[in-house]
Amino acid sequence: MSARRWGQDAGWWLLILPAFLLMTAFYIAPIAQVLAISFTEPSPGLGNYERLFTSESVQRVIITTLRICTITTALALLLGYVLAYRIALASESARRWWILAVLVPLWISVLVRAFAWVTLLRRQGLVNNALMDTGIISEPLQLVWNEFGIIVGMVHYMVPYAVLPLLASMREIDPRLLAAARGLGAPRFTIFRRIFLPLSLPGLIAAGVLVFIFSLGFYITPAILGGGKTLMVAEWIGLQILDLIRWGLGTMMATVLVVAILATLAIFSRLVDLRRVFGSGA
Amino acid sequence: MDHAHRPGRWTIAAAWMVAIYLVLPISIVIPVSLTDQRFLSLPQEALSLRHYATVLGSEAWLGSIWQSFLIAVAATVIAVVAGTLCAIGCWRLSRRSTDLVRAMMLLPIIIPSIVYAVGLYRYFAKLDLLDRFLGVAIAHGVTGIPYVVITVSTALAAFDPRLEQAARGMGASLSQTLRWVILPRIAPGILSGAIFAFIHSWDELVIVLFIASRDVFTLPRRIWDGINENLDPAMAAVAVLLVVFTLALLLLDLALRRRRDA
Repeated sequence: MSARRWGQDAGWWLLILPAFLLMTAFYIAPIAQVLAISFTEPSPGLGNYERLFTSESVQRVIITTLRICTITTALALLLGYVLAYRIALASESARRWWILAVLVPLWISVLVRAFAWVTLLRRQGLVNNALMDTGIISEPLQLVWNEFGIIVGMVHYMVPYAVLPLLASMREIDPRLLAAARGLGAPRFTIFRRIFLPLSLPGLIAAGVLVFIFSLGFYITPAILGGGKTLMVAEWIGLQILDLIRWGLGTMMATVLVVAILATLAIFSRLVDLRRVFGSGA
Repeated sequence: MDHAHRPGRWTIAAAWMVAIYLVLPISIVIPVSLTDQRFLSLPQEALSLRHYATVLGSEAWLGSIWQSFLIAVAATVIAVVAGTLCAIGCWRLSRRSTDLVRAMMLLPIIIPSIVYAVGLYRYFAKLDLLDRFLGVAIAHGVTGIPYVVITVSTALAAFDPRLEQAARGMGASLSQTLRWVILPRIAPGILSGAIFAFIHSWDELVIVLFIASRDVFTLPRRIWDGINENLDPAMAAVAVLLVVFTLALLLLDLALRRRRDA
């Protein structure tokens, strides 16, 4: 019986095999190599990691990244919460349209979005032109190719990722609780503060973790909207590898990045369910 | 008496502002693409389609679009076959070790693509896969697996496992069970995963920046060069074409989900 049982299970294990082999050979192996290089080049040892404590430029990149990611996460959570709150309380038919407003930006190419922001924010861009034409300003504002531009673009990218986990958690809140509170005469803000907000807290934390770890390794938006002046970790790694051919340093930072992300996820693993985030699309 | 909790006026206004912040900047590329000027601007005197003509008449742009399309198709096939089978196996076995396998399949979403791209740059050099169609297709296929695993797992969660047991009990082989019982029931989930895997490859830039240079020059790569070199309205035309294409795929997915839920 158990031999037959095993024979049956073997078939199912075989189904897993192609993905497992592909993943091991073409995903895990290259990444493991990154980790290995950080300890072996240019010379074996922890020399590259020493730079974390001695090199000012390495520290500056890390601090810039953490600052931008923290601001981005806070703003994306705030905007995402407002939107998710509205969607959660909307009627069934209105909800569809609101969700579309979240899903469409989510799936539109990050390049297209960065390009749109450049069109709007650059020196002769639409925003500056409109403000000058109406006489509100006389000199164009520096809206892009700095930290401000990066944050505008990154928050724009991250809001949908904040909304999805928030919405998943808000939709589990029993509307009868809110109706009961209202029936007992609680003002709207009290209902929000004493019932809705505490119950949506797990979603808020999950959204925060998700947005933060996605922001940490962001490449394209900071590269285009930062204009090479404000460097974040991902762009800095690219620069080390492609332009400066400093593999040891680049892979060291890549390793730090992966460890930081996996550690954050491990700490909050109970609260963040990626499947729920991406499965709740419609 | 209706005691339903509704958002206040200010909350609704704020939610509208956020929605506008999300959608408006993207839609701005539409008027810009129709400008009659030679630089990035709103149309001044008339609407013009000349920037679309520039793009659609350019062999370089068309070549990149075609190449991106072929790579995305190949990558989608890899991701869908591997991802679907893996999700089914994990679902049926459903134990601690398969939970680990499923977590491993999600890694490409969690680990930043810059890390993968750097590693792949070295790794593919040894295998002679740099700047090759096959190399990019494999890289995009592998990183597309998580989307398929997620959508198929979601579809399987709604599938009654007793159906599978009944089929096996009546003597159906594993491949017959797969083909006649499981796959037809989860087809919408697979298609959803295929759409996401396709969009993933179609839009992917970071990996391509590292492992391709001349022979493989995908659409995102050409847009990237365009943004960094010359910001001309042809870029806006390309952006609009991309937005329309993505929207069509997204609406297709929504229609599929609605049919599945109905």
